[in-house]
Amino acid sequence: MQMNVPAPRNALDENRQGLMGKAVDRVEGRLKVMGKAPYAHEMVEGGAAAAYGFIVQATISKGTVSTIDTSAAERAPGVLMVMTHLNAPKQAAWGPIELPDRYARSIPQLGSSKIEYYGQPIAFVVANTFEQARSASKLITISHAAVPGEHEMQSRQSQGQLQKSFFGDPLIDGSKDDFDKAFAASAVTVDGRFTTPAHAAAPMEPPATLAYWEGNQLTVHCSAQLINSAQQGVASTLGVPLKNVRLVSRYIGGGFGSKLPIYGDVILTALAARELRRPVKTALTRQQMFHITSHRSDTVQRLRLGASVDGKLNAVGHEAWSNGARYDDFFEPSAMQTRLLYAAPARYTPHYLVKLDLPVADSTRAPGEAVGMMALEIAMDELAEKLKLDPIELRLRNEPTQDQDKKIPFSSRNLVACMKDGATRFGWSQRNAAPAQKREGRWLVGMGMAASIRSNVMMPSKCDVALDRQGVLTVKMAMTDIGTGSYTVLTQIAAEMMGLPIERVRMELGDSNYPATPGSGGSWGAASSGSGLFDACTNLRDKLVSKMGINPLDAVFANGSVTGAGKTEPLGALAGTLGMEASGEIKPGAMAKQFSQQGYGAHFAEAAVNIDTGEIRVRRLLGVFAAGRILNEKTAKSQISGAMIWGVGSALHEDAIVDKRDGHFVNHDLAEYHVPSHADIPKIDVYFLNEVDDKTNPLKIKGVGELGICGAGAAVANAVYNATGVRVREFPITLDKVRAGLEANRVV
Amino acid sequence: MKSFTYERAASPEAAAAAALAKPGAKFIAGGTNLLDLMKLQIETPLHLIDITRLGLDTTEAMEGGGVRIGAMVRNSDLAADPRIRKDYAVLSRALLSGASGQLRNKATTGGNLLQRTRCYYFYDTAQPCNKRTPGTGCSALQGYNRLHAVLGTSDQCIATHPSDMAVAMRVLDARVETVAPNGTKRVIPIADFHRLPGNTPQIETSLQPGEMITAVTLPPPLPGKHIYRKVRDRASYAFATVSVAAIVDISGSTVRTARMAFGGLAHQPWRVLDAEASLAGAAVSQASANAAADRVLQGARGFGHNDFKIPLVRSTLRAVLTDA
Repeated sequence: MQMNVPAPRNALDENRQGLMGKAVDRVEGRLKVMGKAPYAHEMVEGGAAAAYGFIVQATISKGTVSTIDTSAAERAPGVLMVMTHLNAPKQAAWGPIELPDRYARSIPQLGSSKIEYYGQPIAFVVANTFEQARSASKLITISHAAVPGEHEMQSRQSQGQLQKSFFGDPLIDGSKDDFDKAFAASAVTVDGRFTTPAHAAAPMEPPATLAYWEGNQLTVHCSAQLINSAQQGVASTLGVPLKNVRLVSRYIGGGFGSKLPIYGDVILTALAARELRRPVKTALTRQQMFHITSHRSDTVQRLRLGASVDGKLNAVGHEAWSNGARYDDFFEPSAMQTRLLYAAPARYTPHYLVKLDLPVADSTRAPGEAVGMMALEIAMDELAEKLKLDPIELRLRNEPTQDQDKKIPFSSRNLVACMKDGATRFGWSQRNAAPAQKREGRWLVGMGMAASIRSNVMMPSKCDVALDRQGVLTVKMAMTDIGTGSYTVLTQIAAEMMGLPIERVRMELGDSNYPATPGSGGSWGAASSGSGLFDACTNLRDKLVSKMGINPLDAVFANGSVTGAGKTEPLGALAGTLGMEASGEIKPGAMAKQFSQQGYGAHFAEAAVNIDTGEIRVRRLLGVFAAGRILNEKTAKSQISGAMIWGVGSALHEDAIVDKRDGHFVNHDLAEYHVPSHADIPKIDVYFLNEVDDKTNPLKIKGVGELGICGAGAAVANAVYNATGVRVREFPITLDKVRAGLEANRVV
Repeated sequence: MKSFTYERAASPEAAAAAALAKPGAKFIAGGTNLLDLMKLQIETPLHLIDITRLGLDTTEAMEGGGVRIGAMVRNSDLAADPRIRKDYAVLSRALLSGASGQLRNKATTGGNLLQRTRCYYFYDTAQPCNKRTPGTGCSALQGYNRLHAVLGTSDQCIATHPSDMAVAMRVLDARVETVAPNGTKRVIPIADFHRLPGNTPQIETSLQPGEMITAVTLPPPLPGKHIYRKVRDRASYAFATVSVAAIVDISGSTVRTARMAFGGLAHQPWRVLDAEASLAGAAVSQASANAAADRVLQGARGFGHNDFKIPLVRSTLRAVLTDA
């Protein structure tokens, strides 16, 4: 089916079994806690004991490997092979950069002596055990011919290249002249420069691979968010037909965008397995992940807001700089949603990419909004203060009636309701408009809020379903569950559609042998794969009803049976001894062009700041979201809460520090790359408004995976300001910056 | 990790003798620091001597007051010991502010004193570091140095000692009991235990080759309020930007005695007796706190990212004295 018209009322609206929205426990949760849900590195397959690979990394950011001596490593106990650019098998060239799916590009490893970033794989040791491989890797002696690299953006903003499109969609920047005029004519203005540091996704499960060959047939178990893209990337890199590569990611311990691409571990492991005719396993260490996997670029953002005295925005300027690897084309789309969030006649949102000699920057949870809203939503807070308006009131006065660029209506937009509901629940009226008013002992206490917006996306997706004579439905698709709850919500959709208890749905995901899906990313996973599943179930329902010989409109699917025209038939009996199968497919259509689609929310935070030390402790977080139908309140809240925690980290902790001298991430482990600890996170309240959006997809849902991070950091930052009167525009807001501000304000 | 041999020591004396006799030998107790360092090949012992089965795992009262803490007493157990909580609360509080529950369950008293710096460059074998590989240079001097020392530094090394426990022990005037490879026992005052980096940042303590810590003793309890104030961005599982271990005895609005040791500032827990003397008999005031801070910070020097520690010491000390 194609989403060309609003979705009519369907079985999910009927919700006869009550599974839609139900806080069902994770269907694979028991397997996970029992250790029976094997992740890639735990797989035992391939007919022989796996050998283990270990990656050796470059220690310069630019130049060449001039000599590499592997003889001692080759003689070390248990070592089976050492691969370098001198003996690596031939692979396809990198790219091509024009490929619409950047995650399906070829990523050759050890193709030449050239080094393009610190930490780049330059050798690969394979041994009988992991310990032998790692130990032998230290015996390789390498000399580099280094060329001075560029590792720092802030002094090179002028080198930024103006970006024209994002993932193939043309960017709209708005007119600079119009903005300049409107800003100059504005009675009240804000002009601020914000910086956000690089972020590491640091998922719990490091990327890992098991690869083995059976003749020309390669099987790869790895940790990939996008099965089909990864499969194409492996096939094209190795120069083998797509059908000869099977790629499996049954269970994934987090991705957050860092597993949209695949990395050297996958390719090197597959190459070594072919050479050695033996299964090979490789896992990146936590330290290696910081350079080998992608990160979120640091950004510089200039925010200018111009408003009339009554708080109507005339001009919104959001100029954004980010950086990326010299050979790549990704940039952080920090200002894209700024065009949509508030009504303003003049909007100017250019993006500039500065190419540097750093590891690859790529999508990290809510690319764009996650850091862009930390600038926009603080500027709005500053503007509200200048206007002597409540921050919510300022936003109410600038609520747009339509998508201002496309001149089309919103499919649904309940930002106002989120702010109002959240304000009531949070006790926003208790906030002092003036900062640094509330003191508890040696702590200053304040409140902040921010809006949340995240684009809603659906992509083409396919699905197969099969009902057996026991009335068990098996669903197959190359969808992934990266910890989000895909297994669970898809099971709920299938069960509700077919009138089955969830125990009678077998959800098989994460295998390229199954129908193609766009995988997990960009918050499109549930909408895309769930709609393909919906279509497959619809087709299966039609077959069953037809076999039963009743009018489809009379058929009721519930409790394992179909009832209609005075008859009730168990699903298993209807399926018959051979069972019954159906396929489905969803394609985006006219609805995506006729309606502007986003999820919305409002964040509220209370923070306390120690007067003496500047230490910041978040006391309360509350978020209210309108994101279409909620499939499972528990998994949705879990995603939103996790994202809000990341918002706290973005505001206060996370900071991947580049050593400007050699382009390496200094704090490349979780001891010194700080994410919030349990003690940093207070009770988090998450609420969803009732919203059913028939323009988005037949499920009437919107993505929730990234919505919770958008604006969360800004709410914390605004609370810190309200507590202290100190505005820190350089993230993270650490105690030294706040304390210096308190001292300057003579609060200390 | 390099291959190594392993033995389980039969006695402290035998452990010390083996440590001297076997080339490249190291003691292993909780292993919470050593194993991490071995995996990264920052430590590459050829031989490990397991000292976890030697007893040395009790905390006992000593004649004449004071307690003896066995070198193998786990950080969790020590923090929870009723005598420590009652009479040496600063130590209990310091222990609980360090690491995580899981690490404290494994980490030992002796091992905690010997933990290595958390300097980013020390932890990265690809980067020059005089402490890890003498003569290669200090990457932190011109690099990222937010965690680093502002006192007692040298042009060879600006690393800090990461322990919280050691800071409390410094303020308590703890004494470290050891046994040498020849069986000789000695006592090292904590003030003399951790060294400044100077030109030999790789030598971190006054322990001689093979010498093993068997216990730490604390003198009889001191009067006053016990405070451990650890200042950090993250509320848990973070090393101190600055920490203060203090025992302050106040009468009315006058300081009778004040003892203060500081963490996060130097290659050793930092204590300035002159600063304490300036507070004795002084009124509890901003001025007296500032005067004490001036003495503590005598010679302090920032290296860029850690400049903030200097004013932070000042305001934290003021807060600690006000709280007392």
